[in-house]
Amino acid sequence: MAVRDVAIVGFAQRQMEEFDGSPTCVELLVPLFGECYEQTGWTRRDIGFWCSGSSDYLAGRSFSFVQAVDAIGVIPPVNESHVEMDAAWALYEAWLKIQTGEVDTALVYGFGKSSAGVLRRTLALQLDPYTMTPLWPDTVSLAGLQARVGIDAGLWDERAMAEVANRSLTDAEKNENAIRKGGSSVEELLSRPMYADPLRKHDCAPVTDGAAAIVIAAGDRAREVCERPAWITGLSTYVDPISMGTRDLTRSPSAARSAAALDLDGVDVAELHAPFSHQELILRRELGLGDDVAINPSGGALAGNPMFTGGLIRFGEAARRIWDGDAGRAVGHATSGPALQQNLVCTMEGRS
Amino acid sequence: MGKQPAAVIGVGQTHHRAKREDVSIAGLCREAIDRALLDANLGFDDIDAIVVGKAPDLFEGVMMPELFLAEALGAAGKPLLRVHTAGSVGGSTAIVASSLVQAGVHRRVLTVAFEKQSESNAMWALSVPVPFNMPVHAGAGGYFAPHVRSYIRRSNAPTHVGAIVAAKDRQNALRNPYAHLRNPDTTVESVLASQMLWDPIRYDETCPSSDGACAVVIGDQAAAEASERPVAWIRATAMRTEPTFFAGKDHVNPRAGADAAKALWHAAGITDPLDEVDVAELYVPFSWFEPMWLENLGFAAPGQGWKLTESGETRLDGVLPVNPSGGVLCSNPIGASGLLRFAEAAMQVMGRAGEHQVPGVRTALGHAYGGGSQFFSMWVVATTPSH
Repeated sequence: MAVRDVAIVGFAQRQMEEFDGSPTCVELLVPLFGECYEQTGWTRRDIGFWCSGSSDYLAGRSFSFVQAVDAIGVIPPVNESHVEMDAAWALYEAWLKIQTGEVDTALVYGFGKSSAGVLRRTLALQLDPYTMTPLWPDTVSLAGLQARVGIDAGLWDERAMAEVANRSLTDAEKNENAIRKGGSSVEELLSRPMYADPLRKHDCAPVTDGAAAIVIAAGDRAREVCERPAWITGLSTYVDPISMGTRDLTRSPSAARSAAALDLDGVDVAELHAPFSHQELILRRELGLGDDVAINPSGGALAGNPMFTGGLIRFGEAARRIWDGDAGRAVGHATSGPALQQNLVCTMEGRS
Repeated sequence: MGKQPAAVIGVGQTHHRAKREDVSIAGLCREAIDRALLDANLGFDDIDAIVVGKAPDLFEGVMMPELFLAEALGAAGKPLLRVHTAGSVGGSTAIVASSLVQAGVHRRVLTVAFEKQSESNAMWALSVPVPFNMPVHAGAGGYFAPHVRSYIRRSNAPTHVGAIVAAKDRQNALRNPYAHLRNPDTTVESVLASQMLWDPIRYDETCPSSDGACAVVIGDQAAAEASERPVAWIRATAMRTEPTFFAGKDHVNPRAGADAAKALWHAAGITDPLDEVDVAELYVPFSWFEPMWLENLGFAAPGQGWKLTESGETRLDGVLPVNPSGGVLCSNPIGASGLLRFAEAAMQVMGRAGEHQVPGVRTALGHAYGGGSQFFSMWVVATTPSH
């Protein structure tokens, strides 16, 4: 594994039910970059590499990321790249770039206007175009099937799912960025109507627009601008086959494999990208997280999940706990694809 | 630890056609991958990670197709990344794959880029109207034609130079068994006689719309040294981005391209590109971009690039053969076109370019660009790891 010390030193985010602006989200990105510059004292000229994550399908057009670079102000030209994935994977590409020694700093950003279409139908276009998409199973329904398989197997029940939702929505009360918040009681949540049986609305991440940006830097560049940087101790990503019929939907082998490649001992906080309540239960098992680990103190994806930036936000929220001294070691996690198909796990620690 | 050496140890590509109705999207990718693995004498078990590149998902109508392709690409149970940087994506994808090896994270990485353009109409997929933006209703040709006109005016180039490029590349393509367009009768005169589409770009000066894929296996030093056949060492890579529009933008000689080239030559230890580079695979979707990129890359002074083309110096037997494969003008699966340039450069270095092999190549350039001449990616590959 690579050995260059790299840390998260800046993080800014916006989440909202409906962004009243262009699908390119350029207007959202400009103030986020401003916050990152304020946190680090840097200007765009201090950034060695830029990398973003977004989706053309979400924006309903080709090359949706092209105008996003206008938010940077890329004159003179910059060293820049883009992944058609959650921006957490853009952070991975940026981290690689720093590991090659070509650059010392990077700004990573993601954006998505989920409200521009019917999100759960848009995401059905991720499925196999020959056999699955023509049936048009939407993502909420697929997650419902996954939840049902786990219930039938006795691995979890509706109460356990409601407990996840209640804790998340309660914690979200302290998160000014959360768009759904306010816990009540497990009983009250269970009395609410079904949405996609066995999922209730609070079991599903709300459709969220938003954007986020993270600054990472190597060694002394990180120490110069952050009192207690969140040092990245490992990054690991894997993907599973998409086929719902051949996967054990109660498991996520790619999440387990990602975690197995890392050292998760002594983790205090884990920010898990679980857009459905039962998926948090799957991820806790696959990552081997004990009851002593605080899960999603931000409220997690159930409180707000802007597409293509929801994973990156988990990394930022985990890093923030380290900056604040609330955590010594933390985990950030991102997922992509239907039913936890693809996963990326990042471990980080404070060192002072 | 610093940057680890990396090399191309295998390349593969599909037969490029207007419609590859004989294969699915997965089958198209596998055709390239299987050839690349065979070329590298490796199997899927030897591959640590897969990097996928393609241009807009609207071209096939599948959102993030790498997710459904994961198993067919041999990526299930492995790391998978998906890059999209517009037309430069094939090049950027190779650079991301290189960085996985150069960062010391993986030993052997498979990268594949594809486009199955027959699934939709690429020209119109590029022209989705966007509120508050200048429409591009006539596709890429209409967008770039004014830049070509501007180049001709600024350089005082004779108006047949574009036809020279088109005739050369079509003749080169006859030596490339994978090329899409195979028109043995193409001459400068026939190009000049073809229909004017977007003045001054004639029909025969435009790229086709192709179905195709390209795959490249990149290995670390140990993997390269274990190869029984020649490899192409990755001497340097560079990427630069500028906006589509800004006051003072030079669409003919974009600063991002010039900056990327400058960084590339510096990293590769090249001071005189025309002297030190033996062959170049440039992203030339419209004929006139050959002289334009020759200037942008520093092979010729501003306004002088067309002289290299006109005097025949970019032919197979010239000082700097450009696009011996036939280039984008003969095969253009958009998402793969950049990786094809990078792969063809590597093939020349490895001595595996067959009938379009340039003799004695030691150093080669692969180049790609995208968007409104704003995204640039390029690499230099060579027979030895350092100069």
